Amino acid sequence: MTNSIEIKNLDLSFGAVKVLQDLNLNIGEGEFLVLLGSSGCGKSTLLNCIAGLLEVTDGQIFIKGKNVTWAEPSERGIGMVFQSYALYPQMTVKGNLSFGLKNARVPKDEIEKRVARAAEILQIEALLDRKPGALSGGQRQRVAIGRALVRDVDVFLFDEPLSNLDAKLRVDLRVELKRLHNQLQNTMVYVTHDQVEAMTLADRIAVMKGGKIMQLGTPDEIYNQPRNLYVADFIGSPSMNFLHGHLESGAFRVDDMVMPMVGYEFAAPQTADRPAVIGIRPEHVVTGELVKNAPLKFDAFVDLVEPMGSDTLVYAKLGQHSFRIRMDGQARVKEGETLEIGIDPSRASLFDRDTEDRL
Amino acid sequence: MANSDTMAAPAALAAGPRGPKPKRRMSRGNIMVYGTLLVFALYYALPLYVMIVTSLKGMPEIRLGNIFAPPMEVTFEPWVKAWSQACTGINCDGLSRGFSNSVRILIPSVIISVAVASVNGYALSMWKFKGSEVFFAILMIGAFIPYQIMLYPIVILLREAGLYGSLTGLVLVHVVFGMPINTLLFRNYFASIPEELFKAARVDGAGFWAIFFKIMLPMSLPIFVVSLIIQVTGIWNDFLFGASFTGPDLYPMTVQLNNIVNSVQGVKEYNVNMAATLLTGLVPLTIYFVSGKLFVRGIAAGAVKG
Repeated sequence: MTNSIEIKNLDLSFGAVKVLQDLNLNIGEGEFLVLLGSSGCGKSTLLNCIAGLLEVTDGQIFIKGKNVTWAEPSERGIGMVFQSYALYPQMTVKGNLSFGLKNARVPKDEIEKRVARAAEILQIEALLDRKPGALSGGQRQRVAIGRALVRDVDVFLFDEPLSNLDAKLRVDLRVELKRLHNQLQNTMVYVTHDQVEAMTLADRIAVMKGGKIMQLGTPDEIYNQPRNLYVADFIGSPSMNFLHGHLESGAFRVDDMVMPMVGYEFAAPQTADRPAVIGIRPEHVVTGELVKNAPLKFDAFVDLVEPMGSDTLVYAKLGQHSFRIRMDGQARVKEGETLEIGIDPSRASLFDRDTEDRL
Repeated sequence: MANSDTMAAPAALAAGPRGPKPKRRMSRGNIMVYGTLLVFALYYALPLYVMIVTSLKGMPEIRLGNIFAPPMEVTFEPWVKAWSQACTGINCDGLSRGFSNSVRILIPSVIISVAVASVNGYALSMWKFKGSEVFFAILMIGAFIPYQIMLYPIVILLREAGLYGSLTGLVLVHVVFGMPINTLLFRNYFASIPEELFKAARVDGAGFWAIFFKIMLPMSLPIFVVSLIIQVTGIWNDFLFGASFTGPDLYPMTVQLNNIVNSVQGVKEYNVNMAATLLTGLVPLTIYFVSGKLFVRGIAAGAVKG
């Protein structure tokens, strides 16, 4: 896969504040990359740097092999979609779609053709003569996507495009975006703080924190093999259970519980004993009949039960540690009873307690 | 029966309310409020009333001393005299000369100052450069220095530039002095426009001027009206600069008015003075009446975000 976007040693600081630090990232041709992180992690800043809306302090950005570090946004071959839609209120939908093309002095019949094609793809043909004020949120966001579409560019940049929509519409547009990507096969860089959007849309996810990429990988890697404690904690809802203990000769000990890490793939062979943290996802804990086959069995004390329809979330105590378990929606568990649970160490994650990196 | 009642209720709701709108009776509190308002309205309207009736009376009637009495014999003679015959020094062509001077000062001053200030405000809010905040702060300091302090330096500057005593010089002074407040207005207004709109336009390949003319201008009519009104009234009502930087032939209407009213020779023609004052005030008044609604909207829009 050739690289569509290459970012080399990118630095950005506002005065003394370093927003991005020595950031390197390669985005493949036709890839859907999601920049994921909580607010203030630098994900939107990075996107603005790629778009050319922010001047970088140091480093280089290449798009399609061309150094665009100092190029104007319009010269980079990108289209961008914003959270607030950012449609020009005094222009019609058609005016909004064709504004960029007029600036680029594209011939009139070509503009007509491209606008018609974008309108067809996004099913907004009936809205072309309306002003943005007369559109619903979902329609506005379609027009905003259309504005990127008509530019006929290789790279689409999305800055939290679905955050202003209500929950149901967000799911619908998410599916449409994925379909659009399958259809167009453009490179897409998508910023969000919503991990569901990230998991569902991405070919690869870059989890960011403090201006650095904590982990870059497929949704599967991010979910199953988080590289450090931050990623492990950030991804997954409800989030991972963490128990603080020690790794001693291949077994994890916490209080009087011993968990031999049978089947766990260590990142590097472990020789020395060390303080460690084990992370177990609530949905990877088994109960009932399945416990029989589980490598490790424990008794948990049920503290609180939250039935959520599709699932039942159980807040339990494992020894003295609070422990969340995700069970089937039909599970009948009562507060105060003891629940036998099974854990598979091969699906758990182990982290060094000092460096917080995956072991 | 009970069943049919519950069925009927939603139908009645769907039909909407019927009958006349219930009237609120004038309460005691309301009478107090409106009474007070009325008293104050009269208090403020009374001088205007006196001016109007006096300007329509002849001198013999004025000498009777009943200033509140309506004119027994309506005459427009004082208005004509104020406009075209009243003397100031050796010129005896009334306010008409001042009016045309004022117009010649007003139009270029307003156009240039609003145009420059809008671009200033746009640049300072959207295209921030290194030191733009400092630049803006310095500009703001200018708004708080009393004009009188700067009179003499300006006289020297204009003299050196060869503009002293000319309309061009006065226009220049008005443009410069209108800059701080109008730049502030425009900057705050543009700052309230979402930044993403600006970014989208840049991605769409629009440059500094294209964004200004095609995106920002169509959205900023209210603030333009505010700026226009501030400038028109400010420049029209200016006395200090007009008196300081021009000569008798080029005096604006306000200075001319002052000279007519304060001339010491002969009888005090109160009716002519009143007519002259009303004539001078007509331009700003007209502007307010025509664009009052937009003015309030623009002030509110500019004030939301600072």
